[in-house]
Amino acid sequence: MTDVLVLVDQINGEVKKPAAEMLTIARRLGTPTAVFIGPGAETAKDLLGRYGAEKIISVSDPAATEHLVAPQAEILAQLVEKTGASVVLIPSNSAGKEIAARLAVKTESGLITDAVDVQAGESGPETTQSVFAGSWTVRSSVTKGAAIICVKPNSATPEQAQGAGELEEFTPEISEQAKAAKVTASEPKKQSGRPELTEAAIVVSGGRGTGGDFSPVEGFADTLGAAVGASRAAVDAGWYPHSSQVGQTGKQVSPQLYVAAGISGAIQHRAGMQTSKTIVAVNKDEEAPIFELVDFGVVGDLFQVLPQATEAVQGKKG
Amino acid sequence: MNIVVCVKYVPDAQSERAFTEDNTTDREGVDGLLSELDEYAIEEALKIAEAGEGEVTVLTVGPDDAAEAVKKALQMGADKGVHILDEAIAGSDAPATSLVLAEAIKKIGSPDLVLTGMASTDGTMSVVPAMLAERLGLPQVTFASELTVEGEGVKIRRDGDSSTETIESSLPALVSVTDQINEPRYPSFKGIMAAKKKPVETWGLSDLGVDAGQVGQANAWTAVLETTKRPPREQGEVVADEGDGGTKLAEFLAAQKFV
Repeated sequence: MTDVLVLVDQINGEVKKPAAEMLTIARRLGTPTAVFIGPGAETAKDLLGRYGAEKIISVSDPAATEHLVAPQAEILAQLVEKTGASVVLIPSNSAGKEIAARLAVKTESGLITDAVDVQAGESGPETTQSVFAGSWTVRSSVTKGAAIICVKPNSATPEQAQGAGELEEFTPEISEQAKAAKVTASEPKKQSGRPELTEAAIVVSGGRGTGGDFSPVEGFADTLGAAVGASRAAVDAGWYPHSSQVGQTGKQVSPQLYVAAGISGAIQHRAGMQTSKTIVAVNKDEEAPIFELVDFGVVGDLFQVLPQATEAVQGKKG
Repeated sequence: MNIVVCVKYVPDAQSERAFTEDNTTDREGVDGLLSELDEYAIEEALKIAEAGEGEVTVLTVGPDDAAEAVKKALQMGADKGVHILDEAIAGSDAPATSLVLAEAIKKIGSPDLVLTGMASTDGTMSVVPAMLAERLGLPQVTFASELTVEGEGVKIRRDGDSSTETIESSLPALVSVTDQINEPRYPSFKGIMAAKKKPVETWGLSDLGVDAGQVGQANAWTAVLETTKRPPREQGEVVADEGDGGTKLAEFLAAQKFV
């Protein structure tokens, strides 16, 4: 069986949900080895083992995380050489894609990003991606080097399967060149306590129709345990932070349920949510293009409809 | 400060985009334009150049029509253009594209700063900037929503999910910018007239010392197995709110087991 390296998605040692999804995918392709860069591998060990990691390679050299992505690409390149891994799975977020890009050039390996499914094929992994604002589906494979694949959140249902979970420390060689860029200040954002936008099973988004008042959107989201998103119009107006923007120049989400409130549904927005499983919209304008996509729509004022729906959902939950 | 801005000519996102029979992006059947996200990089380069001394070179790789992307950048105010045009490049993947760009940048001369947009609006992989930085041996600071050149270095602000970061890097460096960084200018009449006299060089692979066997669809490091157009979503029930729209919405969600 071939070794599959999985770069563990984590923030300050806290393992994020996509890590379990990616280990589940890794088991389809070979023997999963989790690569944990940064402090906290000892704590994460049990969880990673539970999802099938046979080995956990910990890299705790602080230089690995202080200098953006370049050192992490060097570490993975060294590990690909050391383990002979033929597949590397990396989270398909902005940092992950940059690490993967550098790794691909370093190891002369093909790179596929934004995979929403990965299956074992006859000659290596076969991936599925959604392109052109979700209007086309593309299946691809890597033809050179190790298969470097960036996997989006929600691409697999995490399945437990106990692996040996053996922890080992790896001391990388990080070049001076890789240390040229450095994070010199970091100001944490206020945490909403809601799920992360790209990982959430339900997303409720607000747009121009909120007029800047997101309280009905947030209220409905909280009843459903959902993340809150925003359209570009709402972000450009300064009503909601850019990190919550759903769309071509924001986040691409693919939840089980997407609720668009007061969003017309321009191509810019559709590019970020069109592949959601179920789509619901509330909009005053019956001509709004968003209604072309919906499984259920309400033509009405979101300030009336959402609070009533919030109350009804609470009632049903008892 | 000499700046190279990499730009891409893409199919208009507003049009019906598709793949051709050989599974490459259809660039003939749709209108093309300078990728909207690249305009922010051009604007930022112009602002930096205007604040001091220096030259802005705009660089593109693409078919004949890609010259339009260079033209638009020159109309906005870039000083000169370079268009890498070679039939062998068609169907190239990101590693090959970054190789061509890297060799072109070396030929242009070593710039202090390479600027790019945050992604193209067609491929949207966002990997070419990092690959290019790797090939040029440059640090890369990406997704800048604010950019300041300070002495020998560059400082950017990046709005992440959990924090807002300040990132510093030595120069030369590669920086990609988001659509939050500025408001790109429209070409003025004067700019449009001036652009006609600005130098544009067109280079082929042989000018860059790149072998045709390193680029193109046949030499890509990945292969597209299949492209399928997704069936349009079937419109479900749309009801007018008659005082019970919220209740009906909740009933739908309950029926779908979301509640």
